[in-house]
Order: sequence, then C-alpha cells, then structure tokens
Amino acid sequence: MAYSEELREKAREIMDRYPEGKQRSGLLPMLHLVQSEDGYVTPEGIAFCSEMIGITKAQVAAVSTFYTMYKREPTGDFLVSVCTNTLCDVMGGQKVYDELSEYLGVGHDETTADGKITLEHAECLAACDYAPVMTVNYEFYDRVDGDQAVGVAKALQ
Amino acid sequence: MSPSPEALAKLTPVLTKRWLSPDAWKIDVYERLDGYAALRKAMRHHPDELIAFMKESGHRGRGGAGFPVGMKWAFIPQNDGKPHYLVVNADEGEPGTCKDLPLMTNDPHSLIEGIVIASYAVRAARAFVYIRGEAVHAARRLRNAVEEARAKGYVGENILGTGFDLDIVVHSGAGAYICGEETALLDSLEGFRGQPRLRPPFPATHGLYASPTVINNVGSIASVPHIVLGGADWWKSLGSENSAGTMIYSLSGRVKNPGQYECGMGTTLNELLDLAGGMADGHNLKFWTPGGSSTPMLAAEHADVPLDFDSVAKAGSILGTTAMMIFSDQDCPVYASYRWIRFYAHESCGKCTPCREGNYWMTRVYRRILSGQGTHDDLDTLLDACDNLLGRSFCGLGDGATSCVTSSLKLFKQDYLDYIEGRRQPLLKASDLVGAH
Ligand SMILES: NC(=O)C1=CN([C@@H]2O[C@H](COP(=O)(O)OP(=O)(O)OC[C@H]3O[C@@H](n4cnc5c(N)ncnc54)[C@H](O)[C@@H]3O)[C@@H](O)[C@H]2O)C=CC1
Ligand SMILES: Cc1cc2nc3c(=O)[nH]c(=O)nc-3n(C[C@H](O)[C@H](O)[C@H](O)COP(=O)(O)O)c2cc1C
Ligand code: SF4
Ligand code: FES
Repeated sequence: MAYSEELREKAREIMDRYPEGKQRSGLLPMLHLVQSEDGYVTPEGIAFCSEMIGITKAQVAAVSTFYTMYKREPTGDFLVSVCTNTLCDVMGGQKVYDELSEYLGVGHDETTADGKITLEHAECLAACDYAPVMTVNYEFYDRVDGDQAVGVAKALQ
Repeated sequence: MSPSPEALAKLTPVLTKRWLSPDAWKIDVYERLDGYAALRKAMRHHPDELIAFMKESGHRGRGGAGFPVGMKWAFIPQNDGKPHYLVVNADEGEPGTCKDLPLMTNDPHSLIEGIVIASYAVRAARAFVYIRGEAVHAARRLRNAVEEARAKGYVGENILGTGFDLDIVVHSGAGAYICGEETALLDSLEGFRGQPRLRPPFPATHGLYASPTVINNVGSIASVPHIVLGGADWWKSLGSENSAGTMIYSLSGRVKNPGQYECGMGTTLNELLDLAGGMADGHNLKFWTPGGSSTPMLAAEHADVPLDFDSVAKAGSILGTTAMMIFSDQDCPVYASYRWIRFYAHESCGKCTPCREGNYWMTRVYRRILSGQGTHDDLDTLLDACDNLLGRSFCGLGDGATSCVTSSLKLFKQDYLDYIEGRRQPLLKASDLVGAH
C-alpha cells in the first residue's frame, strides 16, 4: 500500500521529537502509526519505517517482533484483551476469558471469521484494583463477569 | 463497616489529594490547587541546592528499589559537556502495581511540575516519559497536559523567564514488561528491542544515548513538588525511620473496597484492611504481597508489619511498589505462584540462560504438581531452579521470579504436599500436560 503524504508528515513529526541524529528513537511510535493505518505491522509498514529512519528492514522487523502490541497478522476491528494474570485470574478473569472464547469460537490471538473481533489474554494491565479487567482496543472495562463480557462482544458485532 | 478513627487518622493524601477534585487534570484547576507554586519556589534556588535539599528530605524511589532520589541526582556529572536527560519510568508492569496510571490520569500536572524541577536540578534540557503502550488513555491525558503547560510557559524555552529550557516528550512503549527495567527501557527508547544492559555503568553516567541520565519512577518525581512546598522535615515527619513520606498503597483482591490508599510509610496491612472495609465477605486472609509479584509473599501472621523499607525487609520480603495483592483461604498459593511463573516465562527477554530456561522449566514443574502428578522431588527441582536464577540472572526480572516460588514453599509447603500426596483435587487437568512445552 502506498502511504499518504499526510502519514509521511506524521512520521517526520515523530522523528523530530528526538535529538538530532537520534531519529531511531522514533521507531516504536512509528510502528504504532503504521499499525493503526494497516491493522497490523505489514511488510509495507516495515519498509516504510526502514526508509524513513534509514535502517534496514531486518532491523525494523527485529524490533517489531519483540513487542506484544505489534501484531504480525491482520487483527479484527476490535481487539478484546482479558487480563488473566494471577490477581485477575483468581477474581474470575480466566472464567471471563473462557466464556468469551467459547462464545466467539476463537482462542488466544485468533480472530472471528467475520473479521470483527480478535481475542487475547493479557498480562497485568495495571488496573488490579478493578479486577477482573478487560479492554477493547485498550479502553478499560472494570470488574467484568462472563455475562457482561459476552454482552460487550455481542454489542461489538 | 466504616473504618475506625485510628485507621482514618493514617490516611494522608498528598499525591492523591487532588484526585477527588473535579477536573484537577486541567491546568487552571491545578494552578488553583497550589499547582506550579513549587516550580516558582524551586527555580529561585541554585540547582545544587535543590539536589542537597532532596538528599535532606530522605525521599526514596517509588519504582520498587527505594534508591535515594537526591543521591541519584547527585551522581549526574556536571560540566561534562554532554547533554543530560531525565527519563520518567511510567511502564508500570509489575503485577499488582496500579498507582502510576491513576496518578497520571487524575493529576498529570503534578508529574510535569516534578519533571521540570528535577530537570532543572540535574541540568537536563530534555525529558522523556516512557509510558506503557496499553495505557492509551493516560498517555493522552499526559500529552494534553504537556501542551497546556507549554502554552503557559512552564515547559519549553526560557521557563518562567529564568533562561532554563526544557522539552518533554511522552513516548509510548509497546507491551513488554521488561522495558520497565531501566536499562531495557533505555534501549527501547533508543528504538531497539528492550533488553537490559550490563550495569555498571549505571544510567547516571551512561544512560540515554550514552549520556548522563536520571531515571525515576512516576511516583518519585510527582512527589517532588509536594516536598519542595512542604519542606524536607515535613516529608520525613510523614513516614518512618529511613522511609520518608507517604506511599500509595494499592489494595487489590479479596478486600471489600479495593483501591489506592495513601498513608504515611510504616502503615500496616491490618490498618489498610480497616480502611478498605475489611476482607471480602466469606474470605479470610491467607497470603499477600507487600509490593508486587516480585516481592516474597507474606502470610496472615505478617499483617502487623509496618510497611516501610526496613521493616518489610526484616520480615523477609521487599516493600517494592506497595502493590498489595490480597488472597484468601479460598485461593491457592501454589496456583498463584504457577500463574506468576508463567508470566515471568512469557516476559523473559531471553538474553540470559538462567531466566529464559529456568522459568520455562518451572512452569512445567508447576503444571505437573497442579495436575496431581507431582513428586516430592519436584519441590527440590523448583528450589534448585531458583538457586540458579537468584543472583545469577542478568537483571532483576530473573531474581524477582524466584520470590513467589521460594516464599510460597517456605510458608505453604503443606499446600504443595496436598497436591503431591493426593489430598487435594488437581486444579489443572492431566490433559493440560499433553504436548505441554
Ligand atoms: N514499578 C514496577 O512496575 C516494577 C518494579 N520493580 C522493582 O524494581 C526493583 C529492581 O529494580 P532495579 O533497577 O534492578 O534495582 P536497583 O536496586 O539495581 O537500582 C535502583 C536504582 O538505583 C540506581 N543505582 C543503584 N546503584 C547505583 C550506583 N552505584 N550508582 C548509580 N545509580 C545506582 C539504579 O540506576 C536504579 O535507578 C525491584 O525491587 C522491584 O520491586 C520490578 C518490576 C516492575
Ligand atoms: C523487570 C523489571 C521491571 C521494572 N519495571 C519498572 C516499572 O514498570 N516502573 C518503574 O518505575 N520501575 C521499574 N523497575 C525498576 C527500574 O529498573 C528502576 O529501578 C526504577 O525505575 C528507578 O526509579 P526510582 O529510583 O524512582 O524508583 C523494573 C525493574 C525490573 C528489574
Ligand atoms: S534475567 Fe531474564 S529478563 Fe533479565 S536479561 Fe536475563 S533473560 Fe532477560
Ligand atoms: S492482574 Fe489484571 S490488571 Fe493487574
């Protein structure tokens, strides 16, 4: 995909935030930028970052695969993440995850056939006082139970 | 049940005092609530005086290790001709920890004001806030607040007419717990995979772009304006010996009212439980962490330990981030440890063998025990693996992983034996083991 001049301008703005000669610092924000455009980190996105920053595509790919938030395959319109770290788990988070998984018919990091929802289990989301916690495109839902979670999923569909 | 007067007297909102004021995250509201008064006061002093003042206050880092803040600032070499940086660690990933994100959401300007004062003290012209990527909402708040502060002349060029320039960049991570470790954070901020660097040299001399860099936690920096306004003696008077000031205690789990309770250092779990309305109905305290999953768990008998750096260490744990996850007699310490080890195995950056392999193997041993197929030897295997991790890992992630294993084995060995000797129903299915890798 060819990227718009507007996106290039945004990428240049990102690089400008960092000291002269340290433009590589803009790589993580730039990967967020291309991912928000394409839905995941595509080969084109990698090529774009490599060209803008002036490092190799292999260097960009090595960075993007290190971080959980950069997806390597197309994700649904909504990324539903359920915290199943210990505290949320014992407060019911694993059950919420299991019920969502059953309702949607997908497992961790999988997307429903209609391309709407990707499900994942997440590690602690730093909102443990609201456990169990779920996010939809990183917006928080507090103290969810299975029924509420399935209700949210239905509404998204 | 409402809290007792004694417990209420412990509540000391300083960092959290504006959280209940409507719209305190807006700059004009913040200014009305003493906002940016500390900056004006601080900038009337020489930077060296400020560093000396921070030492005097006894303020210690809120990121978990409790390193003295003033001492860290004093490590920054002066007149070395290199640029200096301030980096705020807002990665908040330690399981149980949930104090920094609400702080940045409810009172972002206190962090910004602290950043400007700290940067002025260590002569940094650029500051970065490395915030965890999932915290989209808090990052948005903070970015808006930086722009508001810039428009009012608190950030940018010639701040308050003093000739001091400072630019602040809010930089979002991308979901890797290890990037909270300060040197991994620096690599990540430089646009690399977030893997720890060898220390020493410490970031104070070789930090961001190999220049002198102060890295402090959100809470460490957001406290600074309060300390500047209230004075060093006041800050010391709020805490206990060697642990100055207040602490945001984050209570989660089996309590009636989970949440953030800010009290003077040295408050006990019993007092905090009192504030939080007690244990949830039908639950009795069994085990808890004083400061996140990397701190050894404690039992009900420790509920009277004053929660400050020294007393918690004496009780065999670490104050950490005061992330108090509270579990009851209906929760299983073996399962909790298993789940944490799975977390560490997932988040291990893979750089060193003890951590990469050790956590992977411990996950398997835990699965075996929890599915009713464990043996007595498995307990030795776990301790052996911890022996190979603690002190032999490249960074604190590997060390921290052992905490839950060794502490649960020490306090709750019977729970392990109950699975191994068949007195307790397996929690995991044997089929979970098939193909487990
Ligand atoms: N807030 C969170 O989400 C998390 C916090 N932690 C906490 O992190 C802690 C471990 O962090 P570390 O950085 O490994 O602890 P550390 O004790 O090695 O270092 C603490 C701070 O003091 C500085 N320092 C220490 N010795 C120094 C020296 N000689 N010269 C200059 N500076 C020096 C370090 O640069 C660092 O900033 C654990 O206690 C744990 O509680 C761990 C995971 C997550
Ligand atoms: C694996 C690991 C993760 C860490 N994550 C964080 C974090 O998310 N936030 C934080 O402030 N400190 C974290 N730390 C501690 C930092 O390395 C460092 O000690 C701290 O940011 C220093 O700030 P302070 O002196 O103000 O406490 C982590 C340490 C380790 C070993
Ligand atoms: S201890 Fe773990 S996280 Fe730390 S460097 Fe080694 S492998 Fe990486
Ligand atoms: S354990 Fe789920 S948000 Fe912390």
